[in-house]
Amino acid sequence: MPTNRRNALKRAGAAGTLGAAMAAGLLRPQDLLAAGWNKDAFGAKSPLDAVKNLGAGSLTDSKDIVIEAPQIAENGAVVPIEVTSNVPNTKSIAVLIEKNPFPLAAKFDFMDGAMPFVKVNVKMGESSNVRVIAEAGGKHFTAMKEVKVTIGGCGG
Amino acid sequence: MADPMKIRATLKGDVADVRVLMAHPMETGQRKDNAGKIIPVHFIQEMSVKVNGKTVIEGQISQAISRNPVFSFRVKGAKAGDKVEISWLDNKGDKNLTEAAIA
Repeated sequence: MPTNRRNALKRAGAAGTLGAAMAAGLLRPQDLLAAGWNKDAFGAKSPLDAVKNLGAGSLTDSKDIVIEAPQIAENGAVVPIEVTSNVPNTKSIAVLIEKNPFPLAAKFDFMDGAMPFVKVNVKMGESSNVRVIAEAGGKHFTAMKEVKVTIGGCGG
Repeated sequence: MADPMKIRATLKGDVADVRVLMAHPMETGQRKDNAGKIIPVHFIQEMSVKVNGKTVIEGQISQAISRNPVFSFRVKGAKAGDKVEISWLDNKGDKNLTEAAIA
């Protein structure tokens, strides 16, 4: 598959809009620098790379992470996923859709009274494992759940 | 400037259930328009939830979040009338901030 051309187009498109926004004074460069978005983890194309770029060395399987997701999702464009971590002192929760083009879907940091819980709708290109990584006390715990998708959510 | 978010924050005991709906296309950069041209990637990258000015949740999200994203969070120790502020920033630098009170 001629993925090079596609990637080149994608990159050109992204750079073009960004450049235009900057030229119009809508976006100051320091805004971009201040951004905390983890480009390396979100840009990773394999779940392994995404996990590595999140700074998670070794993962421990945990039954204390509860993932609620449909077994079969009829519409891959909107798949509701609810995550609760019962691991004590959970600081953050990351959600990965292993077979998506960019597996990392979201990462949430919890502070000051926020409970390690999140409900979010994600897109799934095809049936895949949904993996959750919870960080607590400097360790990374993980759990996963398989979701079957009947209509993909990426092509539109 | 994008449309304001819809926030619903309700108290159950001492836990506030915060739900938010953001109006955003969340383009993946993989879809094509009718002319066959790729629609550029456009999605929310960062978001934060503050209660009474204190950040409680910071989120980083990708284009894999569904269009017009909906999130639910839970914050312990909240009281009725506490101010909830939710903001986001997308990959084009567009921002949004909406406030609501916990009911």
